[in-house]
Amino acid sequence: MTAYTDKIRQIASKLLTEGKVDMVIGFRKGSIPMMNQPLFIKTPGEAQELIWDSHCALNLANYVTNRKEKIGIVAKGCDSRNLVTHIIENKITREQLHIIGVPCTGMVDRHKVSAMIEAEITAIEESGDSIKISGNGFSKELKKTEVLQENCAGCTHRNPVIYDELVGELVPEQSGVDPYASVREVESMSPEEKWNYFEDLISNCIRCYACRNACPLCYCPTCFVDESRPQWVGKSQDPTDVRTFHLLRAYHCAGRCSDCGACERACPMGIKVREFTKKLNKDCLELYGWEAGLTVDARPALDTFKADDPQDFIK
Amino acid sequence: MKNLLEHTGIEPGRLHFSWISSAESTKFVDVVKKITEEVKALAETKKYVKTSTQG
Ligand code: SF4
Ligand code: SF4
Repeated sequence: MTAYTDKIRQIASKLLTEGKVDMVIGFRKGSIPMMNQPLFIKTPGEAQELIWDSHCALNLANYVTNRKEKIGIVAKGCDSRNLVTHIIENKITREQLHIIGVPCTGMVDRHKVSAMIEAEITAIEESGDSIKISGNGFSKELKKTEVLQENCAGCTHRNPVIYDELVGELVPEQSGVDPYASVREVESMSPEEKWNYFEDLISNCIRCYACRNACPLCYCPTCFVDESRPQWVGKSQDPTDVRTFHLLRAYHCAGRCSDCGACERACPMGIKVREFTKKLNKDCLELYGWEAGLTVDARPALDTFKADDPQDFIK
Repeated sequence: MKNLLEHTGIEPGRLHFSWISSAESTKFVDVVKKITEEVKALAETKKYVKTSTQG
């Protein structure tokens, strides 16, 4: 995957030299391992800072909301689906974007890797499918497939759905994976067990809103959690307030979420935020045959009405 | 909304949706009766009840 780096640099520098875009959005190496940062460049010279590896898991679609410039943007499968959603929701136009598509083989789960080692990891290198982590007095080889983010392990849209050019050959899409296994598990529980499962899941939440900030769908000028007139939800650590936040945030993503995993990756407490949104993704697929962000030519599930929409919940 | 609430542990029968026109007074009565019965049968909820006074 790291071979993409050269290609990304080349494309970015060409786009900026020819004046085809005003800015390119990609990734640069983070100041600590596994934490690459978004990078915005405006001159061809800066293109050398761009990189690609298995830690580029943030969703760059997050940074194009309401922008006026022409933008070159590096996009893996999930980012491209969120770009589609942005286009559908009039947050950017297709013409403003030059999409540098990255066929993706998944991102490394930083929480998982950190949990494997007691000591601090100070370096991480990858070549092909193997990942080498090292720190003070230790080094360890891992297979990338063992430490993939959960959403990536179950991803069925690894290739960008829209792009202007690609940085490499398309990768085979995964088949036979079940992105909704954990949802099914919860579905089989009793109401009491379900309640306790989610109570436990969010018990460590500190309400820092990193999950919301990392999410490309959360672009409201004032989020409902920050409003005080009216105050939709309490701002305390009371379990009811915490749960209300999670429930409503998930609902705001219904029919829009690409399951990119940016929320879980951003969470400092390692909370599985996706357990909420995944249920809605599964419902959208089963009830409306809808997966978010696959085409700019269809309206999202919650934006249309069809006479045969399931409505037996209304009595 | 109903699905997600029930998925996260609200009992089926607690939450009801209905569409009633202002001309449908009898339907309104029937629906309210049915909801009252079903919710009573579930006993008092402790869920989404804030006990602390903060926030
Ligand atoms: S969700 Fe799919 S496209 Fe996105 S990073 Fe994971 S494998 Fe790649
Ligand atoms: S990022 Fe984690 S701790 Fe912060 S609000 Fe979201 S779930 Fe809670």
